[in-house]
Amino acid sequence: MNKIFEKGGKLWWLHSTADAFDTFLAVPGTVTKKGSHVRDAVDLKRIIIIALIAAIPAALFGMWNVGYQHGLAIGDNRINILGNFWFGFLRVLPLYVVSYLVGLTIEFGTAQIRGEEVNEGFLMTGFLIPLIVPVDTPLWMLAIAVAFATIFGKEVFGGTGMNIWNPALLTRAFLFFSYPNSMSGSSTWIHFKAGEQAIDGFTGATPLALDGAAQYSTSFWSEFLGTIPGSVGETSTLCILLGAFILIWTGVASWKIMAGSVIGALAVGFLGDLAGVSAIPCWEQLVLGGFAFGTVFMATDPVTSAQTECGKWIYGFIVGALCITVRLFNPGYAEGMMLAILLGNTFAPLIDHCVTSTHISRKAKKIKVA
Amino acid sequence: MSQTIVLKKGLDIPIKGEAALRISKTVSPDVIAIKPSDFKGLTPRLLVREGDPVMCGSPVMADKKFTDILITSPVSGKVKEIVRGDKRKLLAVLIENDHESTRVDFGCKKVPQDAAEVKQLLLSSGMWPWLIQRPYGIIANPESCPKAIFASAFNTAPLAADAEFCHADEVNFIQAGVNALATIAPVHVSLNAEIASAFGKLENCEKHCFKGKHPAGNVGVQISNIAPICKDETVWTISLTGLAAIGKLMLKGTADFARKVAVCGPMAIEASYVDALPGFPMKSISGFYGSLADDIRFVSGDVLCGDSIGQDGYLGWYSDQVTLIKEGTERELFGWIRPIRYKQFSTDHCYFSWLMPWRKYDMDTNLHGGPRAFLMNDGYYAKVLPMDIYPLYLAKACLAGDIDKMEKFGIYEVLPEDLAVCEFVDPSKNNIQEMIAKGIDLMLKEMA
Repeated sequence: MNKIFEKGGKLWWLHSTADAFDTFLAVPGTVTKKGSHVRDAVDLKRIIIIALIAAIPAALFGMWNVGYQHGLAIGDNRINILGNFWFGFLRVLPLYVVSYLVGLTIEFGTAQIRGEEVNEGFLMTGFLIPLIVPVDTPLWMLAIAVAFATIFGKEVFGGTGMNIWNPALLTRAFLFFSYPNSMSGSSTWIHFKAGEQAIDGFTGATPLALDGAAQYSTSFWSEFLGTIPGSVGETSTLCILLGAFILIWTGVASWKIMAGSVIGALAVGFLGDLAGVSAIPCWEQLVLGGFAFGTVFMATDPVTSAQTECGKWIYGFIVGALCITVRLFNPGYAEGMMLAILLGNTFAPLIDHCVTSTHISRKAKKIKVA
Repeated sequence: MSQTIVLKKGLDIPIKGEAALRISKTVSPDVIAIKPSDFKGLTPRLLVREGDPVMCGSPVMADKKFTDILITSPVSGKVKEIVRGDKRKLLAVLIENDHESTRVDFGCKKVPQDAAEVKQLLLSSGMWPWLIQRPYGIIANPESCPKAIFASAFNTAPLAADAEFCHADEVNFIQAGVNALATIAPVHVSLNAEIASAFGKLENCEKHCFKGKHPAGNVGVQISNIAPICKDETVWTISLTGLAAIGKLMLKGTADFARKVAVCGPMAIEASYVDALPGFPMKSISGFYGSLADDIRFVSGDVLCGDSIGQDGYLGWYSDQVTLIKEGTERELFGWIRPIRYKQFSTDHCYFSWLMPWRKYDMDTNLHGGPRAFLMNDGYYAKVLPMDIYPLYLAKACLAGDIDKMEKFGIYEVLPEDLAVCEFVDPSKNNIQEMIAKGIDLMLKEMA
């Protein structure tokens, strides 16, 4: 790195930023000082870029779907894959610009204040945020929400690795509770250009809000493929499964959390089916709303999820079960995944505490017997 | 023999430069060094002055607290220099070797029969520091009585000296060492289940068979799988080199610290073994690195937990391995995002080296990233640690200096070396061994 960025140099106040771009360009030439003299080639940049790559299919599909839903809404039924994608891309791009601009500015600033290297965590958070908000979210709202989540959700705890709640979901929760009008209802999920309006009989409500009933052509397969209204990246279970495959293959995210969440959702959904409170079969719950996206990309965040192997099963189960519980038993909220994961995050340390305490007492007994 | 204990977790680090099983040289340096920093838990008190003559086995320093614990000279000659650092801290005692190996006779014509006699002999001959106490990994307290004494008869550390090659011809001495220690406490020896070990013949001890990747050969991991140490309990551990040295003392009556040392690593030219004594200078093995010394890190021990001693340094007292690796100061353009980094090893599936388990890598000392807070969860580290503990929780308890938590998460069972593999795989590039070491230091301070 240039000398002016070093301590005592003129641009010392920019050293974290300079370091971030420098290490982005090339792996630093720093050598081990203490402990193990050789180290594994993997670093957090790599792990996070893999997680980001896993979310790309969902993002690309989401952009296309924005265009597709717009076409459906205005009665344009022509097949135009690239056109739809371009339409969506132009709508989603500003969300990305705002998300990264606000988040990274705060991230770089706090790293500078602490005198640390910039942590890569926000690369992933910033990528996920536009995927879990409605496409028409006003940019100023998004900016405030991202700033809130980054500062109060992460930096005050000490930055990436120390946070309790998933910052991307905090952004969404902030939007949801601060600006409910822009975050729910049947008009939020479809983008209209000025002067356009929906054709008769079209509803932009998500299948979940309609409780699976009476929606136009909302079959299981369209829900699975993702050609339904919803937040940008959450609709296509197929693309999310592709991401899940990458995450599990590379070991970046825990398959135990994902499996636990699916089991939890099916269990509560099945009970709902038995009790007759649910209008749809339990397995259909898995492809609706944000369940799949939340399970694969949000609940598995290694910082905010449970740490212990056994705890991951319990945590996953709680997230899945809570999500469907909210869906089935709370008439106020059509979707429960966001709240389920945030509550899961809150309880993750408690789950881990129980798991480790059990382990400690079991071990103490074993030693006593031996 | 008891059942084979199979350890599924662990990681063998595929580093190039394994030492060929032959002795290529006898190192007989003009100067050797005794460094107090090699002896954990020892507060040194000098017993010699510059110019004093010494013999093999004559005391050079003692512990201030337990004055019976002596460190003795491995060569005969005279004290050349006493090297001190800041605040007159004793760094090393350099002894000039007269190449005559005059030895102090400890007069052992018959093997001592009771614990007190054995202890006395080990203390006076300078063999006592071979006995390491767990918890904490310090030199054993001669006044304490351990539950058991453990020795590992194989080493799984990267490029470690091959125990069979180094000690197979010393089985009778090792047996004598075991016999002597068995008077103090029951001796347990752990064998490698994958080979027909020469140490399978040892008697007067309980044998255990282990199978698994590194750190399966670490005595701490073995103890944890045989009988975990709990609070208020102490066990002692000893290396094979130590057992052989004690055996030689018992049978020959002299202190003999000679050993085979593996000179290995990617930068070693014709990596092989040398016959040597502890404390020999790196310069005396210059044939192994030629003119490249400036780019090389000299590690006394293995690459996971050895000490970097520099080209002017001296082999550690306990070491039977010198690893020569390249300083990795080169930068790699877009290294972190390249789909394939053929030359780099990673156990993480984010890269593809796990698909080529047969490959060995030319590793260097590059950190491969910047230090970050812990981001991955406990399971990421636990998958390479074959012990019944939560490594990340233990490391964090040590960071926080929370003694209660450290106890609960198993600080008594581990030494930094046991968590070295966790440190190796850590994508956040934290110094986990240092955290554990600080935790142990805190425990020692609080318990004192």
